[in-house]
Amino acid sequence: MDGFTTQELMAILAMQGFAGVSFFSVLLLMALGLAIIYGQMRVINMAHGEFMVMGAYATYLCSITLGQFPGMTDYYLFLALPIAFASAFAMGYLVEWVLIRHLYHRPLDTLLATWGLALIMQQGFRSIFGAREVSVTVPGWLRGSYQPTMMIDIPLNGIAILVLTLFVTLGVWWLLFRSRWGLRVRCTTANREMSGAIGINTKRVDRMTFALGCGIAGIAGAAFTTISSTGPTSGSLYIVDTFLVVVFGGAGSLLGTIASAFSIAQAQSVMEFFMGGSMAKVLTLLTVIAILLMRPEGLVASKVRR
Amino acid sequence: MLTQRTRTSRTGHLPLRRRLLAGLAALPLALAISSTTAWGNPPTSEVNTTGLAVTDDTVQVGILHSLTGTMAISETGSVEAEQLAIEQINAQGGILGRQIEYIIEDGASDWPTFADRTRKLLTQDNVAAIFGAWTSASRKAMLPVLERENGLLYYPTFYEGLEQSPNVIYTGQEATQQILASIDWAWNEQGARTFYLIGSDYIWPRTSMKIARIHIEEVLGGEVVGEDYAPLGHTSFGSNINRIRLRRPDVIFAAVVGGSNVAWFRQLNAAGINGDNQTLLTISVTEDEVLGIGGENVAGFYSAMKYFQSLDNENNAAFVEAFQERWGADSVIGDVTQAAYLGPWLWKAAVEKAGTFDVDAVSAAMADIELTTAPEGYVKVHPNRHLWSKTRIGRWNETGQADVVWESDLIEPNPFPEGYQ
Repeated sequence: MDGFTTQELMAILAMQGFAGVSFFSVLLLMALGLAIIYGQMRVINMAHGEFMVMGAYATYLCSITLGQFPGMTDYYLFLALPIAFASAFAMGYLVEWVLIRHLYHRPLDTLLATWGLALIMQQGFRSIFGAREVSVTVPGWLRGSYQPTMMIDIPLNGIAILVLTLFVTLGVWWLLFRSRWGLRVRCTTANREMSGAIGINTKRVDRMTFALGCGIAGIAGAAFTTISSTGPTSGSLYIVDTFLVVVFGGAGSLLGTIASAFSIAQAQSVMEFFMGGSMAKVLTLLTVIAILLMRPEGLVASKVRR
Repeated sequence: MLTQRTRTSRTGHLPLRRRLLAGLAALPLALAISSTTAWGNPPTSEVNTTGLAVTDDTVQVGILHSLTGTMAISETGSVEAEQLAIEQINAQGGILGRQIEYIIEDGASDWPTFADRTRKLLTQDNVAAIFGAWTSASRKAMLPVLERENGLLYYPTFYEGLEQSPNVIYTGQEATQQILASIDWAWNEQGARTFYLIGSDYIWPRTSMKIARIHIEEVLGGEVVGEDYAPLGHTSFGSNINRIRLRRPDVIFAAVVGGSNVAWFRQLNAAGINGDNQTLLTISVTEDEVLGIGGENVAGFYSAMKYFQSLDNENNAAFVEAFQERWGADSVIGDVTQAAYLGPWLWKAAVEKAGTFDVDAVSAAMADIELTTAPEGYVKVHPNRHLWSKTRIGRWNETGQADVVWESDLIEPNPFPEGYQ
């Protein structure tokens, strides 16, 4: 480390810290939707990545449509986020009604069915948007970096995703723990028969929960278009990390998901700095497996009686 | 776009009834052709002694790329280029008086499927040549089938080298052509002495970086200050970028592929590393990738390729015009697309030199075949079945095209570089 002033090393340390935080927000945003679906409903939704891709394509459509109007290229994202949410939400609603609701008592079959759904959606994207990856024009205000000092560059889109993740997490927390709807969801998770007996329409709760999880995946997809490109099969890149975060955190616990996303992101980003990407990934996975062996229920065990 | 393309491909294998009808309709024409055969075309018995799908007026070839799956993104351009070349050859009267018919098969980004489709093309369809494969993994899967059934493959991608099969013609560059020339350029023209190597984690970047490191450290006497691999599909490059910052290399030498590329370049830019303050040389970015990355994110960075769409010569002007007329005015043409376009033309030249479609004869005739009409300029087949080619350094601009800033002499292909393995 010779040739570096303390100041420079501190600057790199600060940027490295932000790299970890930024990766944390990406992982959390990916996992939130699944935390609801898998955590509350025990549905293994293999098509979760495809719902993200759906949100990403919705954003792409917004960007090319609004891009035709001068001056709108900077602001299309504000319209794209609700549209991405709405389209993925609607699709999720439909999928629950057509497919998932028939399979609630057969968890392994939902795995197969949603995997099939993922393949169908992939081919659908390919037929509509073509096999080539597309990417959106990143608005001017998201490009470049914020420089608190001469040596520190904090990427703006990293900050934007962090803020978005914060809002979505707060929103999910409020919905689950402070709204009537959340109460019904938690009731249904805790004891389905009893919830039905006291007058909760559990089927409706299921449908809304699934659709909401998909809608949040859509928002995540919209945000990721500012990081990476979107192709018909991009969803499969996200699905592994997403499940890793949810399972490691402990299904059914929002706090667990947050803790898990944070520890995986920080561990990986620190190790990446010292030993490179692939090795870091291997060590992260090994650590996660070791911890899951000792704590099969994940970091934060949910107190649901089964 | 894709559905349309798949539909056009069906002409290759019409149902039998329709083929018979088409045959009847073409009867007067066939008579006319057979009379020309008398004074022009060699009879089929002479040009086809091994049971290939050659008739008096047609010859069948296969196109085998991924039309679906994750590789479809990259391979689409190659399919388009091969179809265009075949159509142009047909418009000029075909090969040995025979029109080329093509059968398109889908490798589906799945390596065993590539082997299976190769077997189908060679044993059921008896095609005279196959244009296809893209990743090294798909080529390696096809290789044993090609060698057993004695097929002929034209392979378009720049790749890691270390292979030379009598059944394959490699129309892209092998590793040393691309890497040694581009590092020499950075050393001589940019005065670079320290290099940071970064790539995706699989065989091609790993082999390429091995060659690069040996060249930098042992041949040139420079220094590799870091070597880094990211898993395929990786999208968070923050830590890698900080490592690079810490090492302060003169040149970042990159071989990041696929969707990762977009994240990598966008994050470099966001971190304030751009063409104005850092030399970055990549061997994995063509016009196709820039389409996804966005010209504004690669502007000022360099790519080392044998072909750029912006090459200024008559052959290329005609090629770009024909390609965009056939596949849409907004199509872009990358290095591999151009190399795929060479395949059918090289095969045509070899068949005409051999005077027969027989694979052994064509294969033997491949050495020293020259093309003066190639979009990249002059190319020549080396006895080791790779092409002599020039390496160019292109500097990307905001519009997603490269300005060629440097060009090597013709470089001899050397798939088994001594001292670099």
